[in-house]
Amino acid sequence: MRKFLATGLVLGMSAVAAFAGEVRIGFVTTLTTPAAVIGRDMVDAAKLAVKNMGGKMAGLDVRLIIEDDGFRPDTGRLKTVKLIKQDKVDFLTGYIWSHVLLASRKPALDAGKFLISANAGPSPLAGKLCNRNFFSASWQNDQIPMAMGEVLNQLGIKSLYLINPNYAAGKNMVSGVSRTFKGKILGKDFTRWGKGAQLDFSAELAKAKASGAQAIFSFYPGKAGAAFIKQFQQAGLDKSMKLFTVYTIDALSLPKFQKAGLKVVLGSQSTHFWSPDMDNPANRKFVSSFRAAYGRYPSFYAAQAYDAINLIRSGVEGARGDLSNTDAIRAAMERADFGSVRGKFTYGNNHFPIQNFYLREVVADADGNWTFKTVKTVLKNHQDPYAKDCPLK
Amino acid sequence: MNTALFVTQLVNGLQLGVLLFLVASGLTLVFGILDFVNLAHGVFYMLGAFISASLAALSGSWPLGVMLALPLVALAGAATERLVARPLYGKSHLAQVLATFGLILLADALAMLIWGVEGRTVALPAWLQGRVAAGVVELPVYRLVIIFSGLAVAAALYVWVHHTRFGMLVRAAAANRAMAEALGVDTARLHAVVFILGAVLAGLAGALITPITEASLSMGSDIIIVAFVVIIIGGTGSLKGAFAAAMLVGLVDALGRAWLDDLFKLAFPAEIAETAAPAISAMSIYILMAAILVLRPGGLFPPRARGR
Amino acid sequence: MMAALALLPLIAQLAHQPFWLDLATRLVILAMAAASLNIILGLGGLVSFGHAAFLGIGAYAVGIPVHHSIYGGASWLASDNGLFHFALAVGAGALFALVTGALSLRTKGVHFIMITMAFGQMIYYLLESLETYGGNDGLTLDVRSALPGIDLDNPAQLYWLAFVILAGVLVMTWRLRDARFGLALAGARENARRMAALGHDVTRIRLAAYVLAGAICALAGALMANSTAFITPAMTSWPRSGELMFMVILGGAGRILGPVLGAGLFVLLEEALSSFTTYWHLPFGLLLILAALWQAGVFTTRSGGART
Repeated sequence: MRKFLATGLVLGMSAVAAFAGEVRIGFVTTLTTPAAVIGRDMVDAAKLAVKNMGGKMAGLDVRLIIEDDGFRPDTGRLKTVKLIKQDKVDFLTGYIWSHVLLASRKPALDAGKFLISANAGPSPLAGKLCNRNFFSASWQNDQIPMAMGEVLNQLGIKSLYLINPNYAAGKNMVSGVSRTFKGKILGKDFTRWGKGAQLDFSAELAKAKASGAQAIFSFYPGKAGAAFIKQFQQAGLDKSMKLFTVYTIDALSLPKFQKAGLKVVLGSQSTHFWSPDMDNPANRKFVSSFRAAYGRYPSFYAAQAYDAINLIRSGVEGARGDLSNTDAIRAAMERADFGSVRGKFTYGNNHFPIQNFYLREVVADADGNWTFKTVKTVLKNHQDPYAKDCPLK
Repeated sequence: MNTALFVTQLVNGLQLGVLLFLVASGLTLVFGILDFVNLAHGVFYMLGAFISASLAALSGSWPLGVMLALPLVALAGAATERLVARPLYGKSHLAQVLATFGLILLADALAMLIWGVEGRTVALPAWLQGRVAAGVVELPVYRLVIIFSGLAVAAALYVWVHHTRFGMLVRAAAANRAMAEALGVDTARLHAVVFILGAVLAGLAGALITPITEASLSMGSDIIIVAFVVIIIGGTGSLKGAFAAAMLVGLVDALGRAWLDDLFKLAFPAEIAETAAPAISAMSIYILMAAILVLRPGGLFPPRARGR
Repeated sequence: MMAALALLPLIAQLAHQPFWLDLATRLVILAMAAASLNIILGLGGLVSFGHAAFLGIGAYAVGIPVHHSIYGGASWLASDNGLFHFALAVGAGALFALVTGALSLRTKGVHFIMITMAFGQMIYYLLESLETYGGNDGLTLDVRSALPGIDLDNPAQLYWLAFVILAGVLVMTWRLRDARFGLALAGARENARRMAALGHDVTRIRLAAYVLAGAICALAGALMANSTAFITPAMTSWPRSGELMFMVILGGAGRILGPVLGAGLFVLLEEALSSFTTYWHLPFGLLLILAALWQAGVFTTRSGGART
């Protein structure tokens, strides 16, 4: 035992000694379990962002320290603590999952660090638990389903059945779509999520069919999404009902769908804050350099990670590289003036973006690769519904 | 109650039961005959899924992919038996659990290296995609195919165990290993065959489920605990028990998921019912197992005295 | 070994490595949980695969009162008082152990493994369904337990409290092992029938050990909640029970200091390997397999490693 402790000591000491003149960014994401496909895309984008800025922010070297949360909130929290105490980072970002972010919030903010979500946008952090050092580089969970509810109204859908996973983000999706959808909701199912998540949706699909609803609304990120869509088609529901999803079909799953020849996906519509075909200089550079570097389209997760790093850069530059001047960093980031790939947007009092949401459709590009095309703007300069609960001014 | 929905759910439950039986049958034989607790049995389920999906993509034919995948899963089973399982036969269950848990971690990491993290999906050939009308309902052809192929395997296993000479030896070894050895049965070969057969059955289940869900990391560890629940409810070592328990668990799960929240809504507010129902239906099979163990500690078909 | 652990906060301070203290706290609390499992698994030979349930019970015995004291509701339960939290944890852990132990001890062997796992899973799904307390997402503790004279917000004080309790548990295990109770428990492990014939009520002795282990593990859970300030149902899932089991086995089942050694190995391996590669499960899995083979005496001629 003593020997092992000694080994531990040596390992620890050789790890890091503080260097001045360096911006340290801790990046907590998922690199193991099937969800690692998201984490990999985000890490690729974050590295690309650092590369595209020449590895420097306001003349300081950038060091990206990547940690795996293993899809577990307690592990994510422990890694956050390690990044703060051992690696002495200045910024913490990454965070795919609402529960990992909620678990890591306290140690990060108590230590006075900047915490920037590159994906998760749980409602408490937008409302009561908002914090001056927390920023979102993505959206609040409710916003994208709210846009979807609006789309359903415009399409004249009168009745809806909801099938969603049983966790915080799943609940947010349901509450989001219910806020804007004006028709009748004929039924709701929440399915097992997390470890041992349910992947056979035959029971829920059969109930949806029996309910007689015109359409189904679902949210299944990651591997469950492919299963859900296939089963929707196999159950023959594609003949009688329409399927509307959020975060279910993305750039990570499209190549897989295409390889398997699942044509039902082509033409399917979803709402989002960003699309690879958006026409602005930052996005053109991001998409083309990402495709050149990795040979695939970036996902929205990648876009958010790219934006998160650039948001940090704007903060560091606003303080002219003085990392102790947190007020200047915060003021600069609040301006949201960093050349976001989504185009210009502003920050609300709760540090969540006030931004547009678009309807996107799956199409084949000139080379035959499946990707997204923007159809129209659904919500303009939209703010999340929780901002009013946030005590920040 | 809606008849169409009920019939659909019944079929869904049967289909789940059949898949569970394919995984559990190997597990129960390995446990009953070899007295080996194999937590890593789900690895073969995962391998069957990944290998068949990859070969289907290569060959352009999903049925061909499945056919070619099974011998490879058998090979993996043989290697596992020789390197990890055989040295631990007759040792403590604790050592077996430790080793096979390590094997799960090892296999998941290897699968991640080989196939990456994103999983593999396959589309069904057109002739399996249709639906058939059966009275009040339309059922997907593929789910019926799973049910019938599973039942066919169960029947073949039954015939093999009860009406062939090798099957007789297997039964003899399951009933009384020492006696079988004394009678000159080549137990090493028998053990290997049983282990590999179990691996192939699990691999087949994995291959069959892939067109419905997808091949993914950790799918093996997701199913293994349910498979253990099945063999415990059924009575360890009993194929008949594994079959009955698999069907029971499949039906409880499918029907629970469909009606538990309606049932709860009679007693609780809708909000609570919607949240609690998935949790309780997830718990239902464990409640079932605990109840059966308390009332009938040996399971539905308890193992007879094994002479040890 | 214990002396080195006692001085760890000072070492971490001198080396300017405050994160070591976090790791060491985790080690000490896990060692406490493993030590409690060691009482039933090591001394009693009862392989419980659901021990992590008690960690969760202890953690929520802190989390739920704290939640209500901040956000209101359930005033009879709302409290910041650490003594109340710890008493509640120990009481709830003992009660759950008493009920599930009485049922589980009707079974033996692999059935005991599975029924304890089933009760563990039930707690997991129960906690997951508690929407008020975060459900699947877990619960953040905005304040820690308030104790007279000890400030748990101070990492070093929390560490020393955990350390002193761990030392107490180890001393108690040691005294217990050589007392009449421990000898009867060990006797029942070797030959339950003989102990019964000698006039010992084997089930009652085992149940007492089970309740004691549950209460201690729940206390470890209460400390863990205070250390991480975040609790989640995942604390109780079966792989966590597996991890506890491996700590006991790696350290040597039945040895008094074994759990500390096992927890230390586990925490260091996890930390060292995961910082080298995301594929750290690969070497870790291999290590577990080798450890199991070694423990089963495969590499040596003598039969049997640690007694199990």
